[in-house]
Amino acid sequence: MDADLARAQPGVATKRQSKMERREALWGWFFIAPWLIGFVVFTLWPVLASLALSFTDYELITAPKWIGPKNFVDLFTRDRRFLLSLYNTVYYVAFSVPLSILTAFILSLLLNVRLRGMNVYRTVFYLPAITSGVAVSLLWIWLFNPQFGLINYLLRSVGLPAPGWLNDAAWAKPAFILMSLWSVGGTTVIFLAGLQGVPRSLYEACEIDGANTWQRFWNITVPMLTPVIFFNLILGIIASFQVFTQAYVMTQGGPQDATLFYVLYLFRQGFAQLRMGYAAAMAWILFVIILVLTLIQFRLANRWVYYEGDLLKR
Amino acid sequence: MAATTTSRSRSSTALTPRVYRARRMLGKVLWYVVLTALGILFALPFFWMLSSSLKVEADIWIYPPKWFPDPVLWENYPKALELMNFPRLLFNTLFLVIVGTFGIVLSSSWVVYGFSRFRFKGRDALFVVLISTLMLPSQVTLVPLYIMYKELGWLNTYLPLLVPAYFGSAFYIFLLRQFFLTIPTELDDAAKIDGCGYIGIWWRILLPLCKPALVTVIVFSVIFGWNDFLWPLIVLNDAQLFNLSLGLATFRGLYNTQWGYLMAASVVVLLPCLVLYFVAQRFIVEGIALTGLKG
Repeated sequence: MDADLARAQPGVATKRQSKMERREALWGWFFIAPWLIGFVVFTLWPVLASLALSFTDYELITAPKWIGPKNFVDLFTRDRRFLLSLYNTVYYVAFSVPLSILTAFILSLLLNVRLRGMNVYRTVFYLPAITSGVAVSLLWIWLFNPQFGLINYLLRSVGLPAPGWLNDAAWAKPAFILMSLWSVGGTTVIFLAGLQGVPRSLYEACEIDGANTWQRFWNITVPMLTPVIFFNLILGIIASFQVFTQAYVMTQGGPQDATLFYVLYLFRQGFAQLRMGYAAAMAWILFVIILVLTLIQFRLANRWVYYEGDLLKR
Repeated sequence: MAATTTSRSRSSTALTPRVYRARRMLGKVLWYVVLTALGILFALPFFWMLSSSLKVEADIWIYPPKWFPDPVLWENYPKALELMNFPRLLFNTLFLVIVGTFGIVLSSSWVVYGFSRFRFKGRDALFVVLISTLMLPSQVTLVPLYIMYKELGWLNTYLPLLVPAYFGSAFYIFLLRQFFLTIPTELDDAAKIDGCGYIGIWWRILLPLCKPALVTVIVFSVIFGWNDFLWPLIVLNDAQLFNLSLGLATFRGLYNTQWGYLMAASVVVLLPCLVLYFVAQRFIVEGIALTGLKG
């Protein structure tokens, strides 16, 4: 308040103003200090340290030994399993993310009507999203059981072939993708909020111009939601690259390394084999991959993301 | 203008009210049918988990599967809970979740006050840094932090899981800021004139006003804490210190094929989260909308 007053009358109280401002700034720093300290200790320093470690051979017992870019060279030229884990993860991301977004979008469209009981449906679709983790992974092992599992029972009962899912190298990754579609509730809610933010007047104007439902969908709903799609795409890719718990609990990377995902392999290198330098190199490669993908998406965004609607405006 | 009115009147005269109503009715019914079918599909895994947890061993290994357990066997629950050392794991998890969430609420709201109510050089740049840490894959910090905790002698203790919570979490700071910005500053100013200091304003004005957002933070933090797996897995060795997630994973390794036990244990681990969701549904949905859209 005082600072505002002072600012409104420049020249009158420049000295007092700067003192006030300094006081305000000090308090500001005082309040953000915990985060700033935490950021340096738990994020900034470790990120840099892991970059340094990635150029070393370090197995915890002896001191880190500088070996230059050997870890990176080994990863890309000698470690077949590393490349496989990268392939598995890219496969998973490439299917899981677009399919999840599509599923969530469709669900949100279905939920975005004024009918009685929508809350119940919303709950049902959202529930799986909050129950990630070990318990859900166990549940899905049982659902995917090739002989006694519910999924294959349903497939057989409609005359479809019943794959071996987690026991079959060709079907294990699709199984994980299918499972990821079950927990699209969070994305659905984001879409739903986006849909409710589209101004009514746009639809009305479109209706007056004689557009049918389909045209309204393609010319208003989809463009107005492109920022939400973009947002979900970015976050979805970042999160899916880090798939871990399910693979650790459900398959331990098998069968035949078909679900050896990136972070699972990193975890094994670092915390089972204690190759800290190697794991740090892997972590940095993952970081760079995610960073580059994110930047590319931001670059491409202006070609398809519609920013006029003030959905994403801050 | 004339054209629009004619096209409008044409479309409304084309359908008699009865046809129009019938069409709408049909649309509604179809809508419900599709939603219900999908809803059943989404709820089926939960149903299957519950059903399996109540089955006798012989009914689990049977094809075609039985939809409903017959006879209903409750014994899977006490047996599974005893075998997985449930009371201890529950206590550990509750301890971790409560102490961690307390830290997150306290520190994040403290930090967000600094970011949203004070002007100082570099503030906005720092906030951009904060946002960008949300996109940082946590694996990048994994190895050095592990080494740091090892050097500090923190391995096999709860300190690595709890101490970071007291330094503000970027996600919750972001969430709270979206909410803080909607609170008018006049209230702060009034309090300041009444002689309230900044810490007092944070504690007496902003925290009470932010209750809905804080509840959202608490709910998210509890759910994430409840399901936390990677860090506990890396840091904890002693089975007496495990949280429920770790305990359940270990239990799976021991009772690989006892699906009655495994599903009973899973139900018990999931249940608190589900209950919390039903109690706090509004806050979760609002929180997602708040963070999801205004980024």
